Amino acid sequence: MYRETQIINSGHTILSAGGDLGGAADGGELVINVGPQHPATHGVLHLVITLQGETIQKIEPHLGYIHRSIEKMCESLSYRQFIYVTSRMDYLSAHINNHACALCVEKGLQLEIPPRARVIRVLMDELTRIASHELWWGAMAMDLGAFTPFFYAFRERETINDIMEETCGARLTMNYMVPGGVMYDIHPNFQKRVKDFIQLFNNKIDEYDDLVTGNIIFQNRTKGVGVLTKEDAISFGCTGPVGRGSGVPCDIRKLYPYEVYDKVSFDEIIETGGDSYARYLVRIKEMRQSIRIVEQLIDNIPDGEFQAKTKAVLKLPKGEFYSRVETARGELGVYIVSEGGTTPYRIKFRSPGFSNLSALDHISRGSKIGDLMAIMGTLDLVIPDIDR
Amino acid sequence: MFIKEYISDVYRAVSSLLKGMKTTGHYFIRPKEIITQQYPDNRAQMKLPERFRGEVVMSHDDNNEHACTGCTACELACPNATIKIITKFDTTPEGKKKKALDTFVYHLELCTMCNLCVEACPTSAIKMAQTFEHSVYDRNKLLKKLNQPGSKLRAGVE
Repeated sequence: MYRETQIINSGHTILSAGGDLGGAADGGELVINVGPQHPATHGVLHLVITLQGETIQKIEPHLGYIHRSIEKMCESLSYRQFIYVTSRMDYLSAHINNHACALCVEKGLQLEIPPRARVIRVLMDELTRIASHELWWGAMAMDLGAFTPFFYAFRERETINDIMEETCGARLTMNYMVPGGVMYDIHPNFQKRVKDFIQLFNNKIDEYDDLVTGNIIFQNRTKGVGVLTKEDAISFGCTGPVGRGSGVPCDIRKLYPYEVYDKVSFDEIIETGGDSYARYLVRIKEMRQSIRIVEQLIDNIPDGEFQAKTKAVLKLPKGEFYSRVETARGELGVYIVSEGGTTPYRIKFRSPGFSNLSALDHISRGSKIGDLMAIMGTLDLVIPDIDR
Repeated sequence: MFIKEYISDVYRAVSSLLKGMKTTGHYFIRPKEIITQQYPDNRAQMKLPERFRGEVVMSHDDNNEHACTGCTACELACPNATIKIITKFDTTPEGKKKKALDTFVYHLELCTMCNLCVEACPTSAIKMAQTFEHSVYDRNKLLKKLNQPGSKLRAGVE
């Protein structure tokens, strides 16, 4: 026993965030740092965790390690140029971020988007959502000790990346959206390859359930862990699968439909559990719904222009414009204040990751440190999205 | 009752684990279904899609002529100052002075491959190439001059 306390004590002195020293030897609090460079945080997130034994007392996230001042950068870029920067926020749903910015600029210009561009945008959005959820699924299972699902997830994700590469020209930061439509028309092979992917994915998603969803170890590690009640989810501003896992209907695609989301039929997945397992189920079921949207649209891409005619230099009228979309992680809002010039006066992004992270301290208090991986995994944090 | 529940729990747990093992076992005995690209070895057969954005290049024809008029539209479209166009004044056969391209400076180390310069180009002088193995030991090697030495503007391009 003496030896054990000594080890903890020496560890404490090295790892402590300062100020809170002492106390570990007499059974008091222990402060440890997780991150900024830590394999479990998937990015440069720094968590200062106060422990009582193995129980988490308090978590204090320290942000800013990947702050690139994207909002400030956007102020010096024109309305065509600033869209590409937003790919670097939530890089896993880069396409949906670009979509939000394009929507906001179009709202300012009062531009009518050709129907073909609308359908292409939604198709790309949903493919991005599936790719993002696949990566989350693999990475989360890996956090909880299951290594194999990571490869299974990346196998299907690779197919989407190849489709993106062929049509958009890049695998991750596509920059396919331009104000007024999309950059190029879809590739001649696009429809065939997406149909192949639908067939492949419908077979493979059942494997996911066999591998992880039904697994008893996984269920025991996630059920009842990190419970976020409906009231808390609303007050913390949690959106996306985190909010819907707590029973809050917050799907922007249903509440404020943009593009063609009001014309396709899909279900808003709502689970009432509020625990990590509920959040997990929401994402797994959302993948099936995304496939359903893609299935409905892939044969019904209308003919016509893929880009509306725009002026060479875009100028937004004086005023304030706001647009919101549902990314893979929740609600992304883009707020532009324009003074009538070629560059925005001020841009604010309401990123879903920041609000979802704010609930981390609340929901992990009282749980064991091993459960933190399950909680952070199901919050699906993308650090560049939090810091911007 | 307790015993019955206990046994059913154990049965459920074991069957869920076996179900997962069945999936992994399926791929274990069918190595052909595994898709792994042996990247550096398959370089010869590898074919990237034509739209893939690797780096900006300027296309020259057989007479060493390009289509760049030096209008700086790409320089203005670039969000992070990757392109710098240096122009000069040529004398036309009629004795008039005409603006022409002297050097097309391209900083590959700053480029994010956003394709905005290619979209902006009115004469399609530049395009994206499918090369992607850009790593070098010296940063200065990434500073490129896109127009070939001795090249000139193709006749008829305004």
